[in-house]
Amino acid sequence: MTAALEVLVGTRKGLFRLVSDEARRDWRVEGPDFLGQVVNHARVDPRDGRSAVAAVRAGHLGPTVYRSEDRGRSWKECARPPAFPPGGEGESVSHVFWLAAGAASQPGRWYAGTSPQGLFVSEDGGDRWESVRGFNEHPDRRKWIGDAQDAPPDGGTLHSINVDPHDARHLYVGCSAGGVFETRDAGATWSPLNRGCAADFLPDPDAEYGHDPHCLRVHPASGDVYQQNHCGIYRLDRAAGKWERIGRNMPADIGDIGFPLVIHPRDPRTLWVFPMDGGTVWPRTSLGGRPAAYRSRDAGATWERQDRGLPREQAWFTVKRQAMCGDTLERPGLYFGTTSGEVWASADEGESWRCIAMHLPHIYSLEAWSAA
Amino acid sequence: MKVILPTPLAEYTRHAREVQGEGGTLEQLLADLDRRYPGIRFRVVDEQGAIRPHIKMFVNRVQARRLDVALDPADEVLVVAALSGG
Repeated sequence: MTAALEVLVGTRKGLFRLVSDEARRDWRVEGPDFLGQVVNHARVDPRDGRSAVAAVRAGHLGPTVYRSEDRGRSWKECARPPAFPPGGEGESVSHVFWLAAGAASQPGRWYAGTSPQGLFVSEDGGDRWESVRGFNEHPDRRKWIGDAQDAPPDGGTLHSINVDPHDARHLYVGCSAGGVFETRDAGATWSPLNRGCAADFLPDPDAEYGHDPHCLRVHPASGDVYQQNHCGIYRLDRAAGKWERIGRNMPADIGDIGFPLVIHPRDPRTLWVFPMDGGTVWPRTSLGGRPAAYRSRDAGATWERQDRGLPREQAWFTVKRQAMCGDTLERPGLYFGTTSGEVWASADEGESWRCIAMHLPHIYSLEAWSAA
Repeated sequence: MKVILPTPLAEYTRHAREVQGEGGTLEQLLADLDRRYPGIRFRVVDEQGAIRPHIKMFVNRVQARRLDVALDPADEVLVVAALSGG
């Protein structure tokens, strides 16, 4: 089997690799690396297809980042992990939560988002990390992200770091809690970007910040921006600087609550979400025990259910925000991982699904890499 | 002085559980260990100089909660990975 396609699986107990080829019929599981350690996120560098980074934290030990020069076959710890400067508010990084490569024009640049909400940058392939002071020391940052009482149960996170494909100085990030923020000067100054987005847990329906984006994605070619939020699915109307709730077009009995969101690699009007139960006490499981992805091919105006091959009853999947991704093959494949350790794959854009791995630990993240 | 390390740190010391280090304080000892075993300090002490929540350090069997504890070359330092569940 030619290893043309790989999916890195970050779990609560280590990192695994799912390896296949373009046909995506046969899969083998490799690993684990970092057995027993939390791997929140791991990615192959899309700019060279060779190097990779992984966010690792042992139960007892502090957080760090490992680097690979052979696409994850061997790893070496970075020289200087992301860390807040001494002093300030006295914050320390609990774990590195999100990793994102810089623009194609910036080889070697990586960004890391942490818990609590911090942004860090490396210019040397993830070996030495610096605080992005424009964000981490922004005078409004504490106001934006609140304190422990405003954070999710596992702590606040900075996630969804996206680079505008048309402007490497223009970045988007999501903070849970806090909202979406953007910079147009490579991180020196930041502004909230939440107008039009609901925050049902805040008294002010037009709050400028304090929102809870779950997953924000920017199309790698067009720059179109979507987000799956705690309070719905949105598309950014860039001209108006306002979010439009495209989740209103989802079936009423499904709603538009979920964690992940995936955009088609070439068609910015096609996207997928994986709805969950956000009613009553927020079970965050598949609605009615019947898991399904939903696809839109018209930028969220209409949606279709995609559940062929998935269990039809008593399947209480939880799919976390980093645990759904797509590949970039001609007919893109889709993948999602569950907190119960299963990975499901589709080789036909979500029209049918099959389980390609089971019995893994609690899955936090999936990232696909293909040689094509 | 003698330093005894827990298994989660074994990868830094080529699996030696007992190592030697120098320093007049716990802070200096950890700096010395970090020179010998790069990266080890940040895994047990955060960027604000606090011992991490699931790590305990003992000097001659007395728990040290701060890094400014004075050390003597005859002391024995024990680093323990304490409880962390799930």
